[in-house]
Amino acid sequence: MPQSALKKRRPIWYNLSLFNLPLPGIVSILHRISGAMLFLLIPAILYLLQISLRSPDSFASLMQVLRHPLAKLIFCGVIWAFVQHTLSGIRLLLLDVHLGSDLHTARASARVVVWLSPAISLLMIWAFLL
Amino acid sequence: MKRTLFAAPHGTGHWIAQRLTAVFIVAYTVLFLIALGLTQPAGYDAWRAFFGQGWLRLATMICFLALLYHSWVGMRDILMDYIKPAGLRLALFMMVAIALLAYAGWAAQILWTS
Repeated sequence: MPQSALKKRRPIWYNLSLFNLPLPGIVSILHRISGAMLFLLIPAILYLLQISLRSPDSFASLMQVLRHPLAKLIFCGVIWAFVQHTLSGIRLLLLDVHLGSDLHTARASARVVVWLSPAISLLMIWAFLL
Repeated sequence: MKRTLFAAPHGTGHWIAQRLTAVFIVAYTVLFLIALGLTQPAGYDAWRAFFGQGWLRLATMICFLALLYHSWVGMRDILMDYIKPAGLRLALFMMVAIALLAYAGWAAQILWTS
């Protein structure tokens, strides 16, 4: 087989699946996903603020809607996205000023974010929703 | 240097603005939660009075503007990374920009007319 054909057929395979990402990579992609979620949620948050301030009736019906388990479930997602994005964002800010940008510390801080954000999310869910 | 389509010529400015707005949003959130915890507005009248405070309205509006700028930089990054066809990318850029401008107007309307 000619050399060029052999070269053409040789596949380069990078395993880019989420589960093979190193921990800092997972934190990075979660930062994007939660950021995109928060962008999409802006109109919902504005709408909630609007009807909460509009009139006593709309406030009361909003409170009723928010007591529904499905609404609470959605709010859990909102809280998680916000906490995840904030914590990984603080990590990025520290990396920007060269705090903990060596591999060992960066991996350790990624681990902290991965464990801390569900913990704080649960704490906030417990404080606000239960 | 070859410029990528729609990569802003002032990348460093956006980069710094993204960081500054992030700090402001976090500071506002902490402040808001503290104010909420201290006041604990229960019911419609208390909630309205809570948002009737001038400083809170102003801080909320500034935070929203910071949030919208922050979202713009973030969404722009995401779209530039994943959307390759130029036409589609331009269309999505415009949709995001229009949405964010509309949100700014909507936020002002909620905070000062309701």
